[in-house]
Amino acid sequence: MGDLLELSVAQAAERIAAGDLSRGEYFEAWREAASGDELNAYLWRADEGPAEGDGPLAGIPIAVKDLFCTEGIQTTAGSRILEGHRPLYTATAVRRLGEAGAGVLGKTNMDEFAMGSSNENSAYGAVLNPWDCGRVPGGSSGGSAAVVAGGLAPCAIGTDTGGSIRQPAALCGIVGLKPTYGAISRYGMIAFASSLDQCGPLTRDVTDAALLLEAMQGRDPCDSTSVGIAAGIRRPGREDLKGLRFAVPAELAHDAIEPGVRAVFETTLKRIEDLGGEIAEAPLPHAEHGISAYYVIAPAEASSNLARYDGVRYGMRMETEGDVVEMYESTRAAGFGDEVKRRIMLGTYALSSGYYEAYYGRAQKVRTKIAQDFAAAFADFDFVITPTSPSVAFGLGEKTDDPLAMYMNDFFTVPMSLAGIPAISIPAGLAEPDGGGPQLPVGFQLAAPAFAEQKLLDAAYALERAIGFGAKPGGGADG
Amino acid sequence: MAGELSGILEHVDRISELELDDVEPTSHVVELENVLRADEPRPSWPREDVLEQAPDPADGAFRVPSPQAES
Repeated sequence: MGDLLELSVAQAAERIAAGDLSRGEYFEAWREAASGDELNAYLWRADEGPAEGDGPLAGIPIAVKDLFCTEGIQTTAGSRILEGHRPLYTATAVRRLGEAGAGVLGKTNMDEFAMGSSNENSAYGAVLNPWDCGRVPGGSSGGSAAVVAGGLAPCAIGTDTGGSIRQPAALCGIVGLKPTYGAISRYGMIAFASSLDQCGPLTRDVTDAALLLEAMQGRDPCDSTSVGIAAGIRRPGREDLKGLRFAVPAELAHDAIEPGVRAVFETTLKRIEDLGGEIAEAPLPHAEHGISAYYVIAPAEASSNLARYDGVRYGMRMETEGDVVEMYESTRAAGFGDEVKRRIMLGTYALSSGYYEAYYGRAQKVRTKIAQDFAAAFADFDFVITPTSPSVAFGLGEKTDDPLAMYMNDFFTVPMSLAGIPAISIPAGLAEPDGGGPQLPVGFQLAAPAFAEQKLLDAAYALERAIGFGAKPGGGADG
Repeated sequence: MAGELSGILEHVDRISELELDDVEPTSHVVELENVLRADEPRPSWPREDVLEQAPDPADGAFRVPSPQAES
């Protein structure tokens, strides 16, 4: 049974298609594995596998971030305000995975409404990092990253607004892909910041990420901003990086990166050169303002999106003696956590009369400049590369008292989100955290022009093979 | 929380140093085109299914406290 869990999604799907592996047996093996969750990573687990059906993902169990609506299955977005909420419909991304033959294995824990970089903002408790239970898995798709890294699911999907797939993937030592904005429908994804939110896979390897992306991508009449990837996604197969040019942003390189993360980044640069890739510095002068622009735009959009939670149509309600306005206020006061309240206030402030131009208006212009920086870089380069996160997984509670320090986790991931371009994080090695301790995974981020996912996956595949990251939580000298 | 919010705004204020006068704002990165469809009635979700999710359904509707509570 243990051997079944070692198979990649691509390998399992092949064996199932060839009739060498029973889909029922495979799903059951994962259900059993998922039932051993000691990371607080699952909020709900399936009782049974998918109905018989064919497709490229037939019989594959998938862990789904609790931000995706699933018909009849509790969907909370990590919030108390949606406790017990059972949606009437299923998100398009999840429905498409089902049409490809996959089944939902469970719903994963997350930062409330996807607001966070440590998964400590969940109303249902923090998720633990399988590499070190005293550390965070990253966020906001922390549960999805933890189940894949911790051997509780073969693959997962999450959402990325400013780094919420890539950063937890990096901190948990797995692959995380944020596709181009518009590649996958957002229908049924509980909205945080609608101009940035995008669904994507968290997997053990690049090939599995490509399989999940291909199953989910496409235009959807229910999301007018979805356009899909016209040529579709093939299984990646590139062996080298000859003729490809990689840009290291000069402005991002000198920021506060942990020495261990920097060392792994530099080793990875050498590997790229060994594979025939060319590396040079390129200016990305506005990227360092990404955090400022993001923490205006995302809260502004959130403050509008979250106005729908009022205790009337679904979710929880606080009964009061007073009038309907008092009921709204009590419901929101009890239903939303601190970070959500913080962002609603920030967003409301940034959109308020008198401050709109100074904050929201300027942030939107910075967004234009960041997109132009990337466009200029991609005129000379195929990819922009950075560490995914400035640090390895940090300790539980270490940054909860300092929101700004927490936001800085997104320093390398936010610019791509603002530009709407695809970016992938792959595990590049292990490093000792600042202050010492057992080694932890380090992520390497590659970003490509809009809708260049195939090229991105091909390059990531070649690099993944060269890196040969084989480390697992609990393996090696010390867990 | 006031101190935290001030700290965040202070950081965000760095964008006030940038020269942005002739820059067009970006609200969305995808080129959007208007999508039209025929205006035909389609079935919606059954009322009882929708109301089942409500904290306080009554008489086929959502019940809320009175806008003018007795004082």
